Amino acid sequence: MDRLELTELTALLRTCAGEGEGIDLNGDVLDTPFVDLGYDSLALLQVTGIVERDHDITLDEEALDEAETPRQYLDLVNQALSARAAA
Amino acid sequence: MTALAGRERGLIGARDVTAAVTGIGVVAPGGVGTEAWWASALRGRSAIGPVTRFDASGSPARLAGEIAGFTDEDHVSGRLLPQTDRVTRLALAAAAEALGMAELDPEGLPDYAVGVVTANAAGGFEFGQRELQALWSRGSRHVGAYQSFAWFYAANSGQISIRHGLRGPSGVVVSEQAGGLDAVAQARRHLRRGVQAVVTGGADSTLCPWGWTAHLAAGGMSTAHDPDRAYLPFDADANGHVVGEGGALFVVEDGDAARARGARVLGLVAGCAATFDPAPGAGRPRLLAAAELALADAEITPADVDVVFADAAGDRAADRAEAEALTTLFGPFGVPVTAPKAMTGRLLSGGSAVDLAAALLALRDQVIPPTAGTTDVADDCPVDLVTGRARPARLRTALVLARGRGGFNAATVVRAAD
Repeated sequence: MDRLELTELTALLRTCAGEGEGIDLNGDVLDTPFVDLGYDSLALLQVTGIVERDHDITLDEEALDEAETPRQYLDLVNQALSARAAA
Repeated sequence: MTALAGRERGLIGARDVTAAVTGIGVVAPGGVGTEAWWASALRGRSAIGPVTRFDASGSPARLAGEIAGFTDEDHVSGRLLPQTDRVTRLALAAAAEALGMAELDPEGLPDYAVGVVTANAAGGFEFGQRELQALWSRGSRHVGAYQSFAWFYAANSGQISIRHGLRGPSGVVVSEQAGGLDAVAQARRHLRRGVQAVVTGGADSTLCPWGWTAHLAAGGMSTAHDPDRAYLPFDADANGHVVGEGGALFVVEDGDAARARGARVLGLVAGCAATFDPAPGAGRPRLLAAAELALADAEITPADVDVVFADAAGDRAADRAEAEALTTLFGPFGVPVTAPKAMTGRLLSGGSAVDLAAALLALRDQVIPPTAGTTDVADDCPVDLVTGRARPARLRTALVLARGRGGFNAATVVRAAD
């Protein structure tokens, strides 16, 4: 099933918005707030645009705005992907 | 806002100020860093060469003033790289150098004490080209979110403000080649309103196919293929200009505040003026008026000027017009004139800013950098052009002139610190 994994998300963050100094995206960052990883809403907007494009899905951007951590973000994206698969 | 509240926020209050330059940052063809660039300029080394940043072999104009040896990662964090055009990276490098030279740590100052006013004429052209190519070849979903601001003229001011925490009055000036001087004039206005210091100057970079196309369409580019014969201001063989990239930024500071903190003052911005040309055919250009107004603003006469940094278009008619303005003010061969931009090409907003840096460094070192390239000053340009090699001179006051495409004229008088 089509899913977005953490490794894919961190790779996208790195490509789209760069990597802050002293931050290890390969570590256990699932519950680290995006703001602590050095990413602002624009960085996430950039990532969301690419997820939508590559997975051919339209995401609820307002709901994604509420996602403060990679886990919350991935849950929202994967719920949308599951819902589409079930439809 | 009460006066006391203003002071707490870093605003000293409206007053007559001396605008002291306490920091310079230069990123220009010939050198990354003020001293590297200045040493190259004094040697009369031209940095004009074949375009390498893109394939210009099919273009009628194939020479540019490129900045060599600028490593983005050395100047810009990994987080900022995806959201900045080359010009913003150049501007960030110059701002950091200027603040470092000024030894001004904004963190120790009140919130609104330091502003940012930069000039930029083209925005983030290369970044914009990449995103537009993605839009038209692959669709809107391939355009990145950072295009929303990375292309913008004000991106340089904004990123400098964010990086250094400079929250004072800020903005951007768009007046092509005149911009570097116009920005400094705007910075001085802010000082008079009570701001302690402003990071100011100008930078541009348009060395990409889209930028090149715009320059070709605008006209006036030299199509010579010999780098030594392509941009020859005031020469009988002048045949257009070469485009370059880069610029200079300054810390311009309230003179009293600078003295109070024991800063080294590199020179004073003593006079500023800007004029606008009438429509073509409707009257004479107003570069002379800008120069006269700047001298009046500095409360000096032409006899007080020791050197002129000319706009130096490299176009026969425009060179004649500037020479006429100079001879009206100073008489034929009345003052040394130079155009170090002959070694860098015309840098748009960065051009007049780099000239201002050259003027300040000339006052510091008592030497005039040469106009490399020009060998045979045209008979109809009776100016004492410094050619060949640098000329030692006793220098107290310099006049910098600039003309921006579209009718902009600007003039700035800088004086050695007392």
